[in-house]
Amino acid sequence: MTGNSTTHREPSYLDYQGKYTGIRAWILSTDHKRIALLYMYSQIFFFLAGLVMGLFMKLELIAPGPQLMEAQTYNALFTVHGLTMIFLFIIPGLAASFGNFMIPIMIGAKDVAFPKLNLFSWYLFILGAVIILIGVFSGDGPPDTGWTFYAPYSLKTNTNVVLSVFGAFVLGFSSILTGLNFIVTIHQMRAPGMGFFRMPLFIWSLYGTAWIQLLATPVVGITFLMVVADRMLDIGFFDPAKGGDPVLYQHLFWIYSHPAVYIMILPAMGAITEIITTFSHRTVFGYKAIAMSSLAIAFVGYLVWGHHMFTSGMSETARLVFSFLTFLVAIPSAIKVFNWTATMYKGSISLEPPFWWAMAFIFIFMIGGLTGLVLGSVSTDIHVHDTMFVVAHFHYIVFGGAGIAFFAALHYWYPKMFGKMYNKKVANRALLMLFIGFNTLYLPMFFLGYMGMPRRYYDYLPQFANLNLLSTVGSWIMATALIIVIVNLLRAKKGTPEEMDDPWGGRTLEWKIQSPPSLENFEEIPVVEHEPYELTSK
Amino acid sequence: MEQNHTEHTDHFDPVASKLGMWLFIFTEILLFGGLFIVYSVYRFKHPVEFHLAHQELDVTIGLINTIILLVSSMTVAMSITALQLGNKKLTLILIAVTLLLAAVFLVNKYFEWGAKIHHDIYPGSEFLLSLSKGDMLFFGLYFFMTGLHAIHIIVGMALLGVTYVKVNNGTVNQNRVSLLENSGLYWHLVDLIWIFLFPLFYLIH
Repeated sequence: MTGNSTTHREPSYLDYQGKYTGIRAWILSTDHKRIALLYMYSQIFFFLAGLVMGLFMKLELIAPGPQLMEAQTYNALFTVHGLTMIFLFIIPGLAASFGNFMIPIMIGAKDVAFPKLNLFSWYLFILGAVIILIGVFSGDGPPDTGWTFYAPYSLKTNTNVVLSVFGAFVLGFSSILTGLNFIVTIHQMRAPGMGFFRMPLFIWSLYGTAWIQLLATPVVGITFLMVVADRMLDIGFFDPAKGGDPVLYQHLFWIYSHPAVYIMILPAMGAITEIITTFSHRTVFGYKAIAMSSLAIAFVGYLVWGHHMFTSGMSETARLVFSFLTFLVAIPSAIKVFNWTATMYKGSISLEPPFWWAMAFIFIFMIGGLTGLVLGSVSTDIHVHDTMFVVAHFHYIVFGGAGIAFFAALHYWYPKMFGKMYNKKVANRALLMLFIGFNTLYLPMFFLGYMGMPRRYYDYLPQFANLNLLSTVGSWIMATALIIVIVNLLRAKKGTPEEMDDPWGGRTLEWKIQSPPSLENFEEIPVVEHEPYELTSK
Repeated sequence: MEQNHTEHTDHFDPVASKLGMWLFIFTEILLFGGLFIVYSVYRFKHPVEFHLAHQELDVTIGLINTIILLVSSMTVAMSITALQLGNKKLTLILIAVTLLLAAVFLVNKYFEWGAKIHHDIYPGSEFLLSLSKGDMLFFGLYFFMTGLHAIHIIVGMALLGVTYVKVNNGTVNQNRVSLLENSGLYWHLVDLIWIFLFPLFYLIH
């Protein structure tokens, strides 16, 4: 069959033989596609590790009273679960894996602007992960502060906080360099004819993300260094006994860590936009509105950190201003959801697995977004602050939003990345199971939180037992579904090149090259003559 | 924008590397920005203690170091012009002078810190812990911020050192000044941060 192909096919980036062989052909490669896969494999590994920790936590909460572990073990477990999932899986998220793979291809370039820096970012990522791991398994035990490292407890606890905090600092550095690389790539490497408003919307969302990575991460970087200095040099920046102010720590921490939520979710929204447009077989509705809403989210997201601190003792004015700004973020988010819906309207929708994943994303993200308004409003937040309600909301946004979008993107671009197609029927069934499991796991937490069950406790009052049991059962369903998803992807079968080059009828540049792409992506740099989603171009 | 069709990694775009350097400088400014916020908050809370504590610092050494960094910023700027004009020998001399000035800065810093530590003023010392909270915060910030700045001096020196070698062997030349320009930019940043640190710690009124 391959011989019948009209175009000449180059060896793919997976088969390409450079000057290195074996594992060195991967860890010394500066090819953005190989680096993307390095990121993706490490992220999925950390995701599974975090998943196992989550399962143990749910198992502990299956019934009131101690089940498997001591309170201290539970404290360590939720801390390391948070560190792993946030810093090692979802902050690099879709940007480091799919962004790395797709940015150069979607803008018609051969690689990112700084390929060596790109590889260096991955090294830093792994270094940070190793430092955190050493912190977990050495010294006086894994940290028990929660992933937020709130002072003054993070200064007082005997556990191994310094290494975890320093690991997070190194990971931040990696994130900054990736963001920097992407901004320069998007500015400098676009193919002739590809103006900013001809870029696919996934690229726009990554552009907004890259700016957040660049402008927010240094603040938390220096804050983490101050915590390290407080512990090692006894300075007392955040120690009230030495004049420090713990609330200042919270400000500095959330100045980064709230925008970090948008680092997680923006590329997810971008990938969903691509998927919905492709499977609706229509031009995207409101291209400029979606592009600008990405930048608006990035910008407004920078100004809302105070909503994490409504009960920390800020002034009434500050709380109201932060609450108001928080509501503002809902506007660009809603613009996206409405535009997705409008894109589907009267479209010729093909119900392929990536599209179902995108639907699951929208449904779950809506619940997460609307419950976010409950937390963003000062009066209701005080009732549910630090309860399971927050945990539920957070997981609906970050796992149900960004995490599901990660798998949606994986199903969408899998044929492009590997030249293989998974079993679509299994993919759909696994998604349905995941959807049921996810909601069984997290929906009860909203009610538990509303009824007053605090988060981060390994035990609870008897009246919370039924809902907690339901939630634990949900965790089993969800984990099983995730295993099916991954096995199904691993068992994908090689398709003919004609089928794999553009299995979905996509219209952005990545679907115009061979699957898997050649080392150089394009043998000739394409000239772009139209808007990204125009149907006539096919 | 040129694309090299034969060799995958050999892509050279001076505009891109300069843009990258500027973005990196933004992140450095934000890194120190976090510290300036912390400084402002604590100085606002302890104005009197900060004023009294600053009198312990040696304005003369601070001033000398300020002049040293300003001159080194000038020499590095001159080295860029020299390379653009194709004068390799002068470029090398000017980079060497910059490196020398940076080393003098660090030596001064060493004696300054040494004197403080000799007087038992360092983070966590018993003497410092017996002082007021404002004093502890002032000296904590002083050591942390000037220390972080000194690390940046060392990084800048390493960068200029690499540039020196590359100018010497000709990889950085009249037609390819990017690396020197970017090292120069970084050096100006290091200088600029000191311009803020000097009045904040030495010249409080």
